[in-house]
Amino acid sequence: MATDKSSLQLITNGILNENPIFRLVLSMCPAVGISTTVMNGLMLGVAVLFVQVFSSLTIAIFKNVIHPRIRIPTYTLTIATWVTVIDMVLAAYMPEAYAKMGIFIKLIVAFAIITMRLEMFACKETVSASFFDGIGMGLGFMAGMMAIGFVRELLGMGTLLGYDLLGFKPLLFFVLPLAGFFCVGLMMGFFNYIEARYKSAKRASA
Amino acid sequence: MKTFTMIKRALPAALLCLLLLPALVWAGAISGQRFGAADEIVLTFAAGPDQATATNPESYSVHEEADPDIRLAVATASLGADGRTVTLKFSAPLNTLKPHVVTTAGASARVSKSYLGYLFGILVSALLINNFVFTKYLGLCVFFGTSKRKDTAKGMGFTFLIVMVASAIMSWFFYQFILKPFQLNFLQIVIFIGLVSLTVQAVDTVLRKVNPVLFNSFGVYLVLVIANCVILAVPLILADNEYNFFESLMLATGAGGGFMLALYLMASVRERLELANVPRSFKGVPIAFIVAGQFALAFLGFSGLSIF
Repeated sequence: MATDKSSLQLITNGILNENPIFRLVLSMCPAVGISTTVMNGLMLGVAVLFVQVFSSLTIAIFKNVIHPRIRIPTYTLTIATWVTVIDMVLAAYMPEAYAKMGIFIKLIVAFAIITMRLEMFACKETVSASFFDGIGMGLGFMAGMMAIGFVRELLGMGTLLGYDLLGFKPLLFFVLPLAGFFCVGLMMGFFNYIEARYKSAKRASA
Repeated sequence: MKTFTMIKRALPAALLCLLLLPALVWAGAISGQRFGAADEIVLTFAAGPDQATATNPESYSVHEEADPDIRLAVATASLGADGRTVTLKFSAPLNTLKPHVVTTAGASARVSKSYLGYLFGILVSALLINNFVFTKYLGLCVFFGTSKRKDTAKGMGFTFLIVMVASAIMSWFFYQFILKPFQLNFLQIVIFIGLVSLTVQAVDTVLRKVNPVLFNSFGVYLVLVIANCVILAVPLILADNEYNFFESLMLATGAGGGFMLALYLMASVRERLELANVPRSFKGVPIAFIVAGQFALAFLGFSGLSIF
């Protein structure tokens, strides 16, 4: 079964319709834990994008030789291998950012979103479709993380990417690690509200 | 072979250290030492110390045993009414989980908590103070997925506890006896996730036979246990901190128990939320996040808790 979506549709699907964080509600741990700044979100997003794309590619290439009964362990080991790669690369070339991420880089291996995409998409589709789906999902995750980081950094510190924008700190509370829960909850509620408004407006016009 | 020769060479030195250590610790006139309040060390001198020296903060040098270079500044030193006990006050609270070394005019003492108290401290820390869900933000997918009903939450929490302890013990053996001696540290992630999957598979098979009702109610989530950060985080933390066997056991039990506690608390609230009048766009997951945030705030109150 091959997907009939174009590569652009696959990418936007990951960013909007099936956004890993806000729509599928998967991989919430980093969204709450280290989304204090936009930079953190960007860094982890890049790491996840890397792992997602390469795992999808690997599984899509080898899908015909993987026995269905051992597919989940195979996925896990594939992801673990790519996570080890990005873990060692970051530790070697970006030690500061790596220290900030802490344990979450290693824990990418346990992010449900990656396994799920392999199970739902990469093991059925062509290599190129899986590649674009991986990019879409990775970018979607990155966008979600950066959106949360944007709100938290702006409201908490009054800065963006380290540059002082506001000159004051509107809600210092948002810097606290646990404010991630409130922030994600409020943003989800907000997006739901927007969607409901959008739909009812569409219905009214139709 | 290389490891064995290294051990052989290190052995006499280690023995010497063991012999010398008590001699170092007990040399001098300090006969008793313990932690007082969070920022205090109480010393008892065998003979009444010299008044001027004993109350002079400058005459004490204190550091954590692991970091001899970082001196902790003594703010005040006060002599007790019996003329033999001296209370050292520090400007900041001490990390009482770590052993400290106090040196004063020719005498030195090692201040530490009892080992059982220390182990218990790890347990309580993983359970409440550093609760894996509310202060480390791990395992949230399963946390929000299975906390809708109390029964499922109890069962799921218990499964987590078992899987966590079993996989942590196995990972500890693998790490200490295979990965570390052969310098295979870079395989950590692959090995640990493999061990976790193995344990989950075993629990899956056992549960299917022993308790089919519980097995059915977990549904897809037992598979999700494999891909769950909270379980994988325990072996990684153990490896990072070089914990020994008992410390590992305590951390795994605390982490599992903490997860169970968090799931149960959350399920209790969410059962009532079903009946509450929540704004439509906040129904379901968004309100659960906000409740979790409130729990996290409450758990912040546990920070600084120390029982022993």
